[in-house]
Amino acid sequence: MNTPDTFAQFSNGSDERSKREQTVRLNVEQASYAYSTSSQSVPTFTLGMTSFQAREREIVAILGPNASGKSTLLRLIAGTIAPLSGRVELDGEETSRLDIRSRAQRIAMVHQESPVVYPALAGDFVLQGRYPYGRALRFANREDIEIARNALSQVGGEHLAKRTIVELSGGEKQRVILARALAQQPRLILLDEPTLHLDIGAQVELLERLRQLAQENRYTVVVVTHELGLAAEFADQVVLLQHGRCLRVGSPAAVYQKELLEQVFDAPLDVELGPAGRPRVNLRARRGEDIS
Amino acid sequence: MLLLASVVLALKLGAVPVSVTELVWDLGRIALGRANELPSEYRMIVFDLRLPRILLGILVGAALSVAGASFQALLRNPLADPYVLGVSSGAALGSILALIIAPGLALTTPIGAFIAAIATIAGVYFLSRREGQLDSTTLLLCGIICASFFSAIIMFLMTTLAGRDLRGMAFWLMGDLSTPISAGMQWIFTVGLIAGIGAIYSTSADLNLLLTGEREAAHLGVDVTRVKLVVYVSASLLTALAVSSSGAIGYVGLLIPHIVRLIFGSDYRLLIPASALCGAIAIVLADTLARTIVPPTELPVGAMTAMAGAPVFIYLLRRGLR
Repeated sequence: MNTPDTFAQFSNGSDERSKREQTVRLNVEQASYAYSTSSQSVPTFTLGMTSFQAREREIVAILGPNASGKSTLLRLIAGTIAPLSGRVELDGEETSRLDIRSRAQRIAMVHQESPVVYPALAGDFVLQGRYPYGRALRFANREDIEIARNALSQVGGEHLAKRTIVELSGGEKQRVILARALAQQPRLILLDEPTLHLDIGAQVELLERLRQLAQENRYTVVVVTHELGLAAEFADQVVLLQHGRCLRVGSPAAVYQKELLEQVFDAPLDVELGPAGRPRVNLRARRGEDIS
Repeated sequence: MLLLASVVLALKLGAVPVSVTELVWDLGRIALGRANELPSEYRMIVFDLRLPRILLGILVGAALSVAGASFQALLRNPLADPYVLGVSSGAALGSILALIIAPGLALTTPIGAFIAAIATIAGVYFLSRREGQLDSTTLLLCGIICASFFSAIIMFLMTTLAGRDLRGMAFWLMGDLSTPISAGMQWIFTVGLIAGIGAIYSTSADLNLLLTGEREAAHLGVDVTRVKLVVYVSASLLTALAVSSSGAIGYVGLLIPHIVRLIFGSDYRLLIPASALCGAIAIVLADTLARTIVPPTELPVGAMTAMAGAPVFIYLLRRGLR
């Protein structure tokens, strides 16, 4: 895989690389948040103190069942909401204090696919990622077009450029959305349940690609998911949430304990250690047991 | 060019026939400052009656089309338009109320229309919002219900207000260009139109991104709150200007952006100016048709646009449902 010119700035000597790897890029320190309907009333949902740190090239999985606070944590990291206590820092800057444009130059978000009102060409869609760098009307210059083309080729989607978004398959659409995030040239890529509408082949392909891109372009990647298996296979760190509380932070091998996961996900599971020290999770049917 | 051609065509056609070659010559003579050489009766018909009406049509068409295009982006709904959302009816009610409360003042109708237009779009927007999500069916229903509610109040006011010209009012409500506006109003209209379209055009790159969703746009660096405020206010201003001078002309704001989209694509940096131009052409042509279809009687132009617009609206609705 050849590294595109746009990212040549990142390919420094190996000395500096090892030094850089030591430094923390994303620092979530005792961050908490509470949703409430009004300022006086009791919060309807709270996210308790959560702390973890991530370096460049690392993939962090935020793992938990529905309504465990995964998306809230992701929004705190993205800086769209400010933490009630504690801090969320990207390279020493608090993400919620950044202005909207500089935030978009540093952090890219990949949402679950959203409905498209008017069919746009995939190439133009990727070009939208250049928005935070543009002037008033944001007509793309040659550099923007080059960066967008590179982004699309990095996700293996050169052939999609001239097709409209609506005619793409789920996996292709997800690739185009990822390419738009790459075109933002961020340091941090956040993904909210990116595998939700994908079949298993496309899921594995997406995460393989993320790992490779994180290595090549020095991104830090944070993925919200409830796919235990995928997180175990691809994440360097796992943040396990339940009912708005952060239960564990650590490597998949450290977090994936049979009793803990069974309790959090309310399902009988088997955990075994696979090759390369990554845990494997198997679902087990409740045979003969009463479902209460 | 097309706009110029339709202006000439509109000047020519009418109860009193005028030939095209003569017209071009006469336009030339006017440009040379020799207007006095023309026969006075003829000059009155063509340049004092038809031309101001055509100019008004251009302004109204541009205003409504741009307002429609920007509502469609903000609400992420291809069926949005000032008329369907009830903003036109709200503005009409506003200007009638302003006439009743403070008659005689020069700027009452546009100001009343503007306030009512803003209030209507805000009301419709919040009524159709549920748990932070904007449901497009609810949005359209709210708009249509608001529109008929306001029309009912207007009917009530019209019938209880004795001594007014009922037929003129009814014409105005359907959208009519025949009532000339004063020279002062023309200036205000032009300035307001340029300001409104300019403000919306300055956000056209943001509108492109808003079409993909508000959350996504925010993550790409769009100041969503500011853009929404600018565009809602400007689009309401454009609607108010159009309604206060020529009544509620329907479907232009819906139809034109879609036609433009089919021809030029959905990039708002191109769509906004193209909509303004096509809207102007469409209104001028529709008004010409309205004047000439059953001469010497004149139909309100709103009747023409509704006749063409309603079927297209149904087509878009059906296509959207599939």
